[in-house]
Amino acid sequence: MTADDRSALIELRAVHKWYGDYHALRGIDLKIRSGEFFSLLGPSGCGKTTLLRTIAGFEPISDGVMYLDGRNVAGVAPNHRPTNMVFQSYAIFPHLSVAENVGFGLRRDKRSKEEKARAVGEALEMVGLAGYGARPSHALSGGQRQRVALARALILKPKVLLLDEPLSALDKKMREQMQVELMKLQREVGITFILVTHDQEEALVMSDRIAVMFEGEIGQLGDPESLYRRPNSARVAEFIGMMNFLPGSVSGTTVEMPGLGRAEVAAEQLTSGSFTGPARIGIRPETLSLLFDGEPDRGRVAPGMVDEVVYYGDMTYYDVRLDGVPEPVRISMKNLIGRPVLDVGTPCRVTWDEQALVVLPAA
Amino acid sequence: MAGGLFSTERGRTVALVTPPFIYALLLLALPLGAIILFSFWQKDGYDVVPTFTLENYRAFLDGEVYQVLLGRSLKVSAIVTVITVILAYPIAYFISFRVPNNRKSLWLFLITIPFWTSYLVRVFLWKVILGYNGVINSGLLQIGLIDEPLTFILYSVNSVIITLAHAFAPFAILPIFVALEKIDRSLLEAAQDLGENRVTTFLRVTLPLSMPGLMAAILIVFIPTIGDYVTPELMGGSGGKLIANMIQTQFLQLNNAPLGAALAIIAMLCVTLISLLLIFLNRRWLRV
Repeated sequence: MTADDRSALIELRAVHKWYGDYHALRGIDLKIRSGEFFSLLGPSGCGKTTLLRTIAGFEPISDGVMYLDGRNVAGVAPNHRPTNMVFQSYAIFPHLSVAENVGFGLRRDKRSKEEKARAVGEALEMVGLAGYGARPSHALSGGQRQRVALARALILKPKVLLLDEPLSALDKKMREQMQVELMKLQREVGITFILVTHDQEEALVMSDRIAVMFEGEIGQLGDPESLYRRPNSARVAEFIGMMNFLPGSVSGTTVEMPGLGRAEVAAEQLTSGSFTGPARIGIRPETLSLLFDGEPDRGRVAPGMVDEVVYYGDMTYYDVRLDGVPEPVRISMKNLIGRPVLDVGTPCRVTWDEQALVVLPAA
Repeated sequence: MAGGLFSTERGRTVALVTPPFIYALLLLALPLGAIILFSFWQKDGYDVVPTFTLENYRAFLDGEVYQVLLGRSLKVSAIVTVITVILAYPIAYFISFRVPNNRKSLWLFLITIPFWTSYLVRVFLWKVILGYNGVINSGLLQIGLIDEPLTFILYSVNSVIITLAHAFAPFAILPIFVALEKIDRSLLEAAQDLGENRVTTFLRVTLPLSMPGLMAAILIVFIPTIGDYVTPELMGGSGGKLIANMIQTQFLQLNNAPLGAALAIIAMLCVTLISLLLIFLNRRWLRV
């Protein structure tokens, strides 16, 4: 048994879920370590919420095995699992006060009334709602409801906290603030968090590891940086961030691209395995640069022409037609002092780096 | 003044409020006022004389028969309400939680079908079912479970209760169903997630959240049953008559509208008091 196996708090082996004829989960193999901030990321309908609900026990799995904390949980009801959930709607009990909501799960707790009340107070303090206990729950804002839902789940000290798109109902500012707070909270309590989200940025910001799901399967599993830098398929690359794809071909580790020429790449840049033949060569917009006067090129320069300019204040996005490349490529440039914003139709020079390339077989 | 009545906020408000106000005045306030007035007037032979008197109310306090009838009315209404609501809750629960969404309106529709027939017809049908030679008695006689027809189910308080409980079933099912429908299903999952099983989830979440519907059902059944006189007239026999039958008798047979009015007012006050008490208890203990 390796160290990795020992610390696997959750283990799924070949888990399938059918809803009638609909195959929602298609053989999920997954290990989630203790204390990890793990995200299930994917477009809607990819099965990420279904997977979360099978872990919580709301949906029985149709096939496969699931271990929670070393125990096979087949047939174990949600109230007997070491998991607690923060629902997308927060599911705050409208007929109970804030304190009664937070203390809802303590009914079977053997502690005295005073100790329970203290625990509720501490939980509210932890989520920044100290003194809110007596308020009726219907008078809370969206952000406050979410904090109550968090406190209500964490007060039971679960082994795993399941979060079903907890930030999707909040506005952008609140969402960004809660992302940071959730990360801090997770580090503080040391509980394993499993987050379901369709927001790639949210997943990248918060997670230790991410499973990207498509159509009931895990497309790629890894830490945020490896997913972003080395996506193993075009759909992962396109789902996480923005990616230019150039047609080309590969032979061994030599890549041939019209317009950009020949380049040598490392084996790890062939992220779906080595192959020979026609290829799609991915390159992120920020790894391409327009060359302004006096800036050093990175050894490789291609001539082109500005096709479209989108100005964002801190950044400018350019679509540039490179000679010999069929589609314009997108380039993002920081608006540093002294850098002009180019106009449409301006001839320009583009520099790039072969280390940034991701080589995938042509579809 | 181009827009006339509708040109100002105030004008629009008055225009909106006037029709329902007139309606309420003509159909609610006027009859009620007339009854109240009658109850303080005197009966003189076959006429009603507009002379103030408390005689009618004194008659109620002195007349044991009125008190017995009112007490029986309240008791029957309470029993009917309890039976109806207890039977209605599982039906409403089943439709709300077990029937797929696209079938719910069909189920509600099916439940209301018996109520397309006249109330009177349904009461007579119960006679057929409960009667001396009715479905139940002849059935039980046939299979030899009883030697002679059961009599306690017809022409008694029992038959009144059975008939009324059936008559008011949909009025209890619908408000409970609506309250159950409004419950966010994730609340039930949350309760389970927080350690409750199905039964305790029901007691801690579903039941308290359905209390508004339950209260509505209780009031909707309780209030009109007190005033019902058709069922006790037809099903109650001599021992199953209620206060409403006495009111009817006073008005139509004994030509004593003032006493009938006073009895009606007293019955109404009882209903009002009990309803207020229920609402108060509900607010106080359930906070819904």
